[in-house]
Amino acid sequence: MAEPKTKYDRQLRIWGEQGQAALEKASICLLNCGPTGSETLKNLVLGGIGSITVIDGSKVEVGDLGNNFMVDESSVGKSKAKCVCAFLQELNDAVKAKFIEEYPETLIETNPSFFSQFTLVVATQLVEESMVKLDRICREANVMLIFARSYGLTGFVRVSVKEHTVIESKPDHFLDDLRLNSPWPELRSFAETIDLNVADSVVHKHTPYVIILLKVADEWAKTHGGSLPSTWEEKKEFKELIRARMRAMDEDNYKEAVEASFKVFAPRGISSNLQHIINDSRADVDSNSSDFWVMVAALKEFIANEGRGETPLEGSIPDMTSSTELYVNLQKIYQAKAEADFFVIEQSVRNILKKIGRDPDSISKTMIKSFCKNARKLTVCRYRLLEDEFNSPVLPELQKYLTDEDYSIAVGFYILLRAVDRFATNYNSFPGQFDGEMDEDISRLKITAVGLLSDLGCNGSTLTEDLINEMCRYGAAELHAVAAFIGGIASQEVIKLITRQFVPMSGTFIFNGIDHKSQLLSL
Amino acid sequence: MADSTAQASRSRDLDKLLLRPGHLVGPNFEPGPELRDDLQEYAKVLVVGAGGLGCELLKDLALSGFRNLEVIDMDRIEVSNLNRQFLFRLQDVGKPKAEVAAKRVMERVAGVNIVPHFCRIEDKELDFYNDFNIIVLGLDSIEARSYINAVACGFLEYDSDDNPREETVKPMVDGGTEGFKGHARVIVPGVTPCFECTIWLFPPQVKFPLCTLAETPRTAAHCIEYAHLIKWDEVHSGKTFDPDIPEHMQWVYSEAVKRAELFGIPGVTYSLTQGVVKNIIPAIASTNAIISAACALETLKIASGCSKTLSNYLTYNGVEGLHTKVTEFVKDKDCLVCGPGILVELDTSVTLRKFIDLLEEHPQLLLSRASVTHRGKNLYMQAPPVLEEMTRSNLDLPLFDLMDKIPKDVVHVTGMASKSDRKISSLRKLRVVFRNVDGVADMDTAGGA
Repeated sequence: MAEPKTKYDRQLRIWGEQGQAALEKASICLLNCGPTGSETLKNLVLGGIGSITVIDGSKVEVGDLGNNFMVDESSVGKSKAKCVCAFLQELNDAVKAKFIEEYPETLIETNPSFFSQFTLVVATQLVEESMVKLDRICREANVMLIFARSYGLTGFVRVSVKEHTVIESKPDHFLDDLRLNSPWPELRSFAETIDLNVADSVVHKHTPYVIILLKVADEWAKTHGGSLPSTWEEKKEFKELIRARMRAMDEDNYKEAVEASFKVFAPRGISSNLQHIINDSRADVDSNSSDFWVMVAALKEFIANEGRGETPLEGSIPDMTSSTELYVNLQKIYQAKAEADFFVIEQSVRNILKKIGRDPDSISKTMIKSFCKNARKLTVCRYRLLEDEFNSPVLPELQKYLTDEDYSIAVGFYILLRAVDRFATNYNSFPGQFDGEMDEDISRLKITAVGLLSDLGCNGSTLTEDLINEMCRYGAAELHAVAAFIGGIASQEVIKLITRQFVPMSGTFIFNGIDHKSQLLSL
Repeated sequence: MADSTAQASRSRDLDKLLLRPGHLVGPNFEPGPELRDDLQEYAKVLVVGAGGLGCELLKDLALSGFRNLEVIDMDRIEVSNLNRQFLFRLQDVGKPKAEVAAKRVMERVAGVNIVPHFCRIEDKELDFYNDFNIIVLGLDSIEARSYINAVACGFLEYDSDDNPREETVKPMVDGGTEGFKGHARVIVPGVTPCFECTIWLFPPQVKFPLCTLAETPRTAAHCIEYAHLIKWDEVHSGKTFDPDIPEHMQWVYSEAVKRAELFGIPGVTYSLTQGVVKNIIPAIASTNAIISAACALETLKIASGCSKTLSNYLTYNGVEGLHTKVTEFVKDKDCLVCGPGILVELDTSVTLRKFIDLLEEHPQLLLSRASVTHRGKNLYMQAPPVLEEMTRSNLDLPLFDLMDKIPKDVVHVTGMASKSDRKISSLRKLRVVFRNVDGVADMDTAGGA
């Protein structure tokens, strides 16, 4: 076995050892191991997922050799689940791989409690009726669920979890937490020890922009009745004030100060996203509350009291032109404040835990620290039950999609992907599945789709003939490239859900393989 | 029975797309069994790179109806590839990627032939690349993309109205990933923007100023780069730093730790040292799978016309939710690479040697150590030594004579171009026009080749 640290090096740089440990603890159940399911698992097995259980009742046919890399000539006639499982095991011996030769529909009907043993179920190529049933089962058992389906040049991925909370959402671009708009006393007094008019030109060009901005802002406030620049003219004037202090063209710290001056004008307080989270009814905690919500309750208290409208300080600063000494000292000041804020939150968490009858030490220091550091980036995702979406989609959204050109193909596919299942219920095959019935299938599918639209409350809406045609042409084909795409997306979402890092997709992802203008539909 | 034969075919699913007519398809789509058979028999696709994207691409293409594939990659398999390059096993470490990847796919997909090339992309003759219908790129470097792009665009010829000649258009499909993000694009030289038209999409990597490293380090990365770029040379006079030798990396790490302690800077770890020194880009299986699948699908569409093609740049971002976006970039009509070529006017007396010197001075080219080919014939080659010797005698002959006295024609030159204080291997297409030759009255509007 290879040294796991080396083998997983490129992904450890993304989700760290904690994320990797979560993956290695997870057990995944795959329903149907055609190419969509096989490719989803392949990506997870390579990354070192804990265990996989492949469920498929079918035998390998010659046709499967043309779209599934996990089966080969010697597999024909054998259990597909067994063959796919064996190949997946070859990819990574650290993964526990097993299979059950059984149709998922049968398990859903006869053994619903089977699913509660898994961390997450990936359900591929199921028809609507089975999806709806499985969704209810997993929701009740608190098992995460992802649906994935490839169908000709279209397909979808849909996450179904009651609630998913994320501390480490790791957004790409997020404003640093410098508090230049509301410096705390220690930061202020540190700035006071520094003289911007220092004679030494080397010191002058190595004064970090944080200090420059604090001092110029202070100067501004003194002459403007204590307020900061707010109008466009004032902001411009403020920048001029900074530029005027520049002694030479090569003073990068002053250029950085001008560029970062917006941080002084930025509004104080928390984002509307965070406001929503602290106002959520789940923040009124009891003994059933998760660690996340207990910490949110503590955060809410902090913002209302010690934080004076702000979150605990993140504590890190970006790199900036500076002497080493000033930079390191500045870093220490930010860290000290972050540490002090953390201490307040920690006490509050412990008190809340005691109040709701839990062990006050049941949430670790590391966890609370990470929570404080990421307080501004907390994310809560919730997903409707599939049944609710299918029976009563958000009508204004659906109507908007149906009339919006950017969405027309994607929403068309969304309707048609549901219509083909109704079609199959009525006619025992998918439209265009067999040659020779094309024309009849096209008109039948059209009627089915129009009927579905009217059931959803979109009377009078239609889909283009071209798209209905296209759907019949697909004849329920599972193309490898489409399956690899859909499976890739599904595995990406699995990783985000299990590591509890980054933000999983919202809504339903509809793949548009015609021109790649895929869309997320929030229904 | 039509149905039972269809069910028994390996091409069961693909046939639906290739044999049936549709309305949302490419302009030249002619559905039928001949299309499927032609795709299997005649379409030749080159996959450049056998890494994270390349492994996926070979599998995807082999299962998308292509049977004639080739793959080129100069690298050998490393342990850190195994979390995503699914064609490789632990026992393959040290073997050439191209060879193992080709073998594994052929073992599993009957009927597919994959020819591996274990070499640098620059080692192949230009003609090698001309042999393929489509070139698919699974690369992680801008330089390599730029090179292949120039090669493919080099085949492009324009007619007298400056429209690209269809038979000289060599389409490319390019993919790239970093962490949870990636892109897939279709490049049809002369029609859609080439890699060079939109080079600004790939901003150069920001380097730390040396004075920061030497005088005012602030971050762990500054300490590491100090050890790597400054201290190493001070201590090991003459010995080149090799990131693949663990002792070298260990030395840089321990020096970086010392420096960080000296300045009170936190955060130097061995892993970060490797990341900074080798400029490691994080990579995972799922993103590679998504991007490669999009590229393979586009390759199938270009080859068969079975659907519309991506126009022309797809981005995927899975960091916060899931975002995909298609952008239609426009061609730079003055592009040096995919345009009709830089016009160079010469006297008929100019020797090949003088011509090569001119290339170095030419402000748009700045090309040193150039090799020159004309219509597939090597006029002068800098390397290998055998070829250099064979072509050396041409240097003192007039270029006009070497070009068979054709008054206006396209010449390909390869050499080292200066680009922001670095030399990179480049290929350029030139339109050479000789002054005062009878029969060319209006040179500016004369045809390209």
